[in-house]
Amino acid sequence: MADVLIVGELKDGELKKISKELTSAGRKIADAIGGKVHAVIITDNVDKFAGDLKAAGADTIVGANLGDFNPEAYANGIYSIIQEKKPSVVLIPHSSQGKEYSARVAIKANAGIVADAVGLSVDGGKVVAKKPIYSGKAYANFKVTSDIQIFTVRANSQEVTPKDGAGAVEKSGATAGEVRTKSLSKDLSGGNKVQLADASIIVSGGRGIKGPENWPLLQDLADTLGAALGASRATVDAGWISHSHQVGQTGKTVSPNCYIACGISGAIQHLAGMGSSKYIVAINKDGDAPIFKVATYGVVADLFEVVPALTSEFKKVLG
Amino acid sequence: MKIVVLVKQVPDTETSIKVGDKAINEAGVKWIISPYDEFAIEEGIRIREKTGGEVIAVSLGPDRVVEALRTAYAMGVDRAVHVKVDDYVTFDSTYTSELLANLIKAENADLVIGGRQSIDTDSSQVVIQIAERLNIPHIAMALKLEFDGKKVTATREVEGGTETVETQAPVAVTAQKGLNEPRYPSLKGIMSAKKKPVDVKKPDELGATASKIEVVGLEPPPPRISGRKLEAADAQGFASQLVKALREEAKVI
Repeated sequence: MADVLIVGELKDGELKKISKELTSAGRKIADAIGGKVHAVIITDNVDKFAGDLKAAGADTIVGANLGDFNPEAYANGIYSIIQEKKPSVVLIPHSSQGKEYSARVAIKANAGIVADAVGLSVDGGKVVAKKPIYSGKAYANFKVTSDIQIFTVRANSQEVTPKDGAGAVEKSGATAGEVRTKSLSKDLSGGNKVQLADASIIVSGGRGIKGPENWPLLQDLADTLGAALGASRATVDAGWISHSHQVGQTGKTVSPNCYIACGISGAIQHLAGMGSSKYIVAINKDGDAPIFKVATYGVVADLFEVVPALTSEFKKVLG
Repeated sequence: MKIVVLVKQVPDTETSIKVGDKAINEAGVKWIISPYDEFAIEEGIRIREKTGGEVIAVSLGPDRVVEALRTAYAMGVDRAVHVKVDDYVTFDSTYTSELLANLIKAENADLVIGGRQSIDTDSSQVVIQIAERLNIPHIAMALKLEFDGKKVTATREVEGGTETVETQAPVAVTAQKGLNEPRYPSLKGIMSAKKKPVDVKKPDELGATASKIEVVGLEPPPPRISGRKLEAADAQGFASQLVKALREEAKVI
């Protein structure tokens, strides 16, 4: 009854990094409370991921075939695996999918949930989850008092440390159950090549890029670094790029290892969405721009000169 | 048609936050309606304008949340309910969703709509938890909503793009930016909102069990890695310094 169950996530049939981050975090919790780590992946091809998850600390790697993403289907399927494994701790990615099904899983399991945790520790056999609140102006620590403790965890917040688990592969018979929303169509044409929420590097543009015709300059740098392309609210409101790229209060909250802000002044609503990035690079002509207050490395210069130079310099060193 | 709109009062992003032991110091804090909930209020009113019926705004929190309900009245909702609890309770989504679901069950709503997340805790939990408690479907991150009272068709944001989905009412929906442009309350609306009644409900009336979260403590944000402005003669100089700093010092690329 002191097991940890983590739910991984795939993108285009490949394991997202968050899956290993959660497995590793789960391993640490399980070692502290004396239990096993079960890593659940929604797939009919679980063998493909067994090696990576075992190396991150999984004792069992459970494949569940629940079809394409549907929040009710995932909630039903994951809840039946929880009933079978009886974990005391459940870790779910704070991704767009994870946020959705975790809410239903928590109610089904009659469990308390802390969403968007960035820190996980153990005190007296219970997990203490740390999360930013009030746009990162404070951090709160919570314990969940129910028998099952559920947490959604922000991408890039947990380290992947190699530690082999037992690595037994299981195929779950969990089913999607009753599903009441029907998907009619999907349009994935306007999206990012790399998802903002998971990206470990983000190249982001603001009003300083002057117009939509200049995105390729930033996209070039992003492609070179394998980064996601972000945008400030001003550029989205001006119609230069789709809202799915927006970082900030009314866009996405991101926590990459490196956030490169190009021509972004740093309004408080923008800082609310990216202020927890580990390293922040600001490139802006205006040396008084508020973004420099949070920047690890500040470059007061013309982005139209610095960004291409940076791209070619990275191309050289990254081959 | 009965529409319940969930309205959360949160500190304005621009307000400074002083951290206390288990809650923030509220002195000097400016309170607003969480921005995504404004999209929800607007959508509720627009649907009622088309199909008729009633829009009920519900807010959970201490006495001050009545201000948020007055704003909802000024925008055009028909009724307002205040679920009176201490503010720290709102950290616990399972407890708040139980109170709200019990209230909504009694109202027999066709549509429950709220923001896709509140900007104080960013949890994205309460509306979907209510859907689960009421045993109804939900649509998260709606960018477009068509509702004829029975059939619901919505376009919603998903990772990498959008998805069009269909379901049947009753349904719970979370509003994403892009769903609509919230209206400003009219002066007439603001004046008449002051006189409108706000129904107060207490937790024991709503039969919720108990909180499932313990607040261990609040703390100020961790200090940032101290920053510096780079010095260089030209763009090439900045570029080579940055590459060096990110690869050798920060080791992030």
